[in-house]
Amino acid sequence: MAEHGAHGAHTEFTEHIVPLKVYVGVFLALLVGTALTTGVAYIDLGRWNTVAALAIAVVKMLLVVLFFMHVKYNPGLTRVIIIGAFFWLGIMICFSMADELTRSWEYNPASWTGTILPYVSRFLF
Amino acid sequence: MSETAVNEIAHHPNPTGFAHQFEDIDQQHEAGRLGMWIFLATEVLFFGGMFTSYTIYRALHLPSFVIGSHMLEVQFGATNTVVLICSSLTMALAIRSAQVGKSKSAIIFYLVLTMILGALFLGLKLRFEWYHDYVEHIVPGFGFVYRPEWGSAAPGVQMFMCFYFLMTGLHAIHMVVGLGILGVLVGMAARGRFTSQYYVPLEISGLYWHFVDIVWIFLFPLLYLIGGRYSAGG
Amino acid sequence: MSTAIADIHESPAESSVNYLNASHGIKSWLLTLDHKRIGLLYLGTITTMFLIGGVAAVLMRLNLIEPQGALVEPDTYNKLFSIHGIIMVFFFLVPSIPATLGNFLIPLMIGARDVAFPRLNLMSWYIFVTGCFFALYAVAAGGVDTGWTFYPPFSSSYSHTHVVAMALGIFIAGFSSILTGLNFIVTIHKMRAPGMTWFRLPLFIWAMYATSLIFVLGTPVIAVTILLLAAERLLHVGIFDPAIGGDPLLFQHLFWFYSHPAVYIMILPGMGIISELITAFSRKKIFGYSFVAFSSLAIAIISFVVWGHHMFVTGQSVYAGLVFSVLSFVVAIPSAVKVFNWTATLYKGSISYEAPMLYALGFIGLFTLGGLTGLFLASLATDVHLNGTYFIVAHFHYIMVGGAIMAYMGGLHYWWPKITGRMYPDLWARFAALVIFVGFNLTFFPQFVLGYLGMPRRYGVYPEEFQVLNVLSSAGASILAIGYVIPLVYFFWSWNYGPPAGPNPWGATGLEWTTASPPPTENFEHSVIVTEDAYNYPTADVTSE
Repeated sequence: MAEHGAHGAHTEFTEHIVPLKVYVGVFLALLVGTALTTGVAYIDLGRWNTVAALAIAVVKMLLVVLFFMHVKYNPGLTRVIIIGAFFWLGIMICFSMADELTRSWEYNPASWTGTILPYVSRFLF
Repeated sequence: MSETAVNEIAHHPNPTGFAHQFEDIDQQHEAGRLGMWIFLATEVLFFGGMFTSYTIYRALHLPSFVIGSHMLEVQFGATNTVVLICSSLTMALAIRSAQVGKSKSAIIFYLVLTMILGALFLGLKLRFEWYHDYVEHIVPGFGFVYRPEWGSAAPGVQMFMCFYFLMTGLHAIHMVVGLGILGVLVGMAARGRFTSQYYVPLEISGLYWHFVDIVWIFLFPLLYLIGGRYSAGG
Repeated sequence: MSTAIADIHESPAESSVNYLNASHGIKSWLLTLDHKRIGLLYLGTITTMFLIGGVAAVLMRLNLIEPQGALVEPDTYNKLFSIHGIIMVFFFLVPSIPATLGNFLIPLMIGARDVAFPRLNLMSWYIFVTGCFFALYAVAAGGVDTGWTFYPPFSSSYSHTHVVAMALGIFIAGFSSILTGLNFIVTIHKMRAPGMTWFRLPLFIWAMYATSLIFVLGTPVIAVTILLLAAERLLHVGIFDPAIGGDPLLFQHLFWFYSHPAVYIMILPGMGIISELITAFSRKKIFGYSFVAFSSLAIAIISFVVWGHHMFVTGQSVYAGLVFSVLSFVVAIPSAVKVFNWTATLYKGSISYEAPMLYALGFIGLFTLGGLTGLFLASLATDVHLNGTYFIVAHFHYIMVGGAIMAYMGGLHYWWPKITGRMYPDLWARFAALVIFVGFNLTFFPQFVLGYLGMPRRYGVYPEEFQVLNVLSSAGASILAIGYVIPLVYFFWSWNYGPPAGPNPWGATGLEWTTASPPPTENFEHSVIVTEDAYNYPTADVTSE
């Protein structure tokens, strides 16, 4: 039906049936991730505990999103929406943090390098 | 040409559940999925307000958050995470059953299993975590008692517990709504509404359910595992 | 698509069955799934809310006739400006154009039978009405005195007014707008007629799409923020509470993350309308279609990174202030692009001055003035002086009333014949437009001066030397009120007694003008196929009518 050109390509949401073993595999991977994140918490990695926990959580999320929610088989607009939502959340977090974390910075226009650089370098290293 | 287009559509009957504002069932499917994904985007921002606040206060009051996090019991958090992951699997299998044209009892079986797991999650939370916290006087607004060993970090511990209850509470409300939706789906499945041609309500409810699971996937480490559990008594 | 042919074949008998008379009885309205009827349901609701918010404004301006307050005590005055702001922002301006004209026109303009989710659409209206009831209950029970901004700790700990009820009303109404935005996005993506590519869409659709993006991305944040505030108020402890390390400014961040984009929710649809009006009444293609289309998206996107300019003087760090200030200048650019393009469209156009065009021309002038004064406020140093004064009040009223409401009025007049099948009396309409324009400027221009001279906002009393300007402003307000009452009267009159309008009384382009006035329930008698760009007016000005 040629008239459907304007409706968006039909291939955008294909009726792709995910094989059972993919579902089970993802399920097992999610369980492993849970065990991993719990286990790593009992090891002292200092600041990296947080990084590890978040990284594992992100991987688990991607597994659920790509396979359980079929996004791997639905390219296009769905991905834009997901990325957009998280990007907007990122805007909210980053700009709010930009205020909350810089409140204590001393305002010293005579020396911008003296004011800002120490904080920048401390954040980076 | 428009006349033939109209006739063409009339000769390809759409399955039951077809809504007339659409041209055909495919458009309806796409619209339904797009709508649910946009709704999930709004939910990201909805929970996001709390995640933003959490991030800020954690950065500003980390020691208090560590103390607060250590008061939560990891085994329940981890168990509940596993319960939800299982429920996501059963939900995905419910949809898959419809997709491959299995009998309605297969669909209902997986939906009911998902509901049981969701109810288990809520039950564990209510009985072993929240009620326990209430008895221990660490529920803000309900007789919160500062403990001497918290020292000067004590107010921040109450702040952490505020986040714990607000975030898991909002999540639990979404679970309850999800259980309601699942109940409705069971009813629809029992009436034979789902076929391999029409299972949009199942699919979009599945998206919602998986989203609620993902929120918990982040809540677990962010609430239960702050500062690690390697210190004694953690 | 020649409109002449459509006129010849369209006889009054053909449009006798339309969406208005297709079914009768109150149930057919309260349970309707027709987007056009839902648009009218919203029209009734928001007009009612506008009148209530207007009453609060009248009382405020009456009180400000005298330096010591002519009418009410300060505590009551606090409630008046709070109620006025809350109702006008959340229950009138935010839903106004989207829920009424957007609901009515979007399917028509894209050649669809209805929106993507008609039942969700009806549910949105019921949710909105529920929110209105909560808000009106709060007003009737004594109102709130926190300002429409609800800043803690006053709103969470110290105010003795009905904050929770009002907050719930806003939460519920916000949910309604999220669902409306969702519906519009899916409709525009999925239900365009064959041949209606993105770049053939009327600019009103681009504007509504951009607005809907803001609806879905911003509103959830204020929803959760209001819940957090209500929780803190009820439990006497919460995340904005300094006693447990909380930061009241965090509320402001979360609140303005929505509320700044919200002001663009209020203006973007109006800009979309202006694009339609300017082209129709200059009988000319829009100048720079893709610039106007993309500027709508740019405004929607950039609007999300400027919210801190509401917090320059409330304790935000200077460094964050710098970032927000720069970005606030940037957000003015796409708006300016639109103004340039509308003006260029007017140039060498065949201009006529019917009421909708008067509103559109008024919009361009008043919006420009309001927008430029925003730059004073975006600049950190001048904002220190002007924040909290009447300069801000004047700035946003120029945009929201001189801009958004004028665009809304222009749109109502323009599409009234399509919605009702009747024409309103044009002379009265032009007269009312002029009365509104004069009344508006007399009300709000003195407020720029007052603000610059230092009169604070949200005060029911003021120093003696400001009286003349205040009296001028109040006099203007009474003229403005008359200006709004006149259309109310003739619109009601025209419903039954106005002359029947044909399908295209303005000779405008756009799919909505190719169907009967009022349209049939399914919008179009035949399937729609689009072959032309938008605003395809004849370029040579040969037609002398």
